[in-house]
Amino acid sequence: MLNKIYDWVDERLDITPIWRDIADHEVPEHVNPAHHFSAFIYCFGGLTFFVTVIQILSGMFLTMYYTPDIENAWKSVYYLQNEVAFGEIVRGMHHWGASLVIVMMFLHTLRVFFTGSYKKPRELNWMVGVMIFIVMLGLGFTGYLLPWDMKALFATKVGIEIAASVPFIGEWIKILLAGDATILGAQTLTRFFAIHVFFLPAALLGLLAAHFIMIRRQGISGPL
Amino acid sequence: MSNTRVSRRQFLNYTLMGVGGFMASGMLMPMIRFAVDPVLEGGAAGDFIPTSQKVSELTEEPVRVDFTYDQVDGWYESEVTGTAWVYKDGDKVIALSPVCKHLGCTVNWAGDSAHPNQFFCPCHAGRYEKNGQNVAGTPPIGPLDEFDVKVEDDLLYLGATKPNTLI
Repeated sequence: MLNKIYDWVDERLDITPIWRDIADHEVPEHVNPAHHFSAFIYCFGGLTFFVTVIQILSGMFLTMYYTPDIENAWKSVYYLQNEVAFGEIVRGMHHWGASLVIVMMFLHTLRVFFTGSYKKPRELNWMVGVMIFIVMLGLGFTGYLLPWDMKALFATKVGIEIAASVPFIGEWIKILLAGDATILGAQTLTRFFAIHVFFLPAALLGLLAAHFIMIRRQGISGPL
Repeated sequence: MSNTRVSRRQFLNYTLMGVGGFMASGMLMPMIRFAVDPVLEGGAAGDFIPTSQKVSELTEEPVRVDFTYDQVDGWYESEVTGTAWVYKDGDKVIALSPVCKHLGCTVNWAGDSAHPNQFFCPCHAGRYEKNGQNVAGTPPIGPLDEFDVKVEDDLLYLGATKPNTLI
């Protein structure tokens, strides 16, 4: 059945070369843990992506209940966690995954650094990777405010004060982030929500695409 | 056991798809159950809500009775106002829901001056007789719902709505 549907589509659109291009590629011996167990260090990039997929999915589902409004944000988080079936699990996935993605990304960065994989011709991919790192930290920072509890509020106050300490333009950055010159409140929350669910994920997907296309063009770096 | 040989490639394909499917469903199952929760949640039982309408003041002419009650909507609690059209049929108290059976707008008694003895829905000119029977040739596909009614100390209490029992 599935084969027939596939053949029907393939006959018309010739899709086989497309997915072959994506899925069918050599895994060199030195990155395959089946050959050398120590090659598991090459898994961290893939694991980062895997956790990122979980973050995107669980985040999409959380927005079904979450309300980015100072009156209702905390209440909606409390409701979805305690009243909705599996709410604790889905929020837990997003909460713990957020930390895990940073850990995995850091390990991946260490692997790339210590295998010297960032060297010519892969400098551009290192730069894109650094941008992904920054976007991920931004996602962590903006997501931290959304539950609108005391920890979120004061962590964001501190974060915004740190941003405000930038020479010359600090004050502008602060107002731009908080949405108000003095208040950290309603406008900050909606702003952080928009950045967290629309702007940064869009940037992240673009950067990830660039990251992966470059890997495919250049291949995995050689053995040490 | 069948004698069909399973090639190494097939075996790997099956195990990888099996493990992958297991992991994917373990990931997606909580999220999907989370999303469909409103469908699986049971509806709350309807309590009788007191109104300020004195039953002794009711006549054969439907009057509008407003009542308020607490509504819990997820994390949001509020006092909402409901409406019923109430009249007396002999000794029986009849309370009809104002929700049009066409597409859910709100009907009024004598809302159309051309039909002073009918309920009228302004959205698509749906009309109903006094007992809630929809007038043939107008959009509604059924009669108006009816409230469960209780009288205590001459005051009217309204319960859950049910399909019209007068027709």
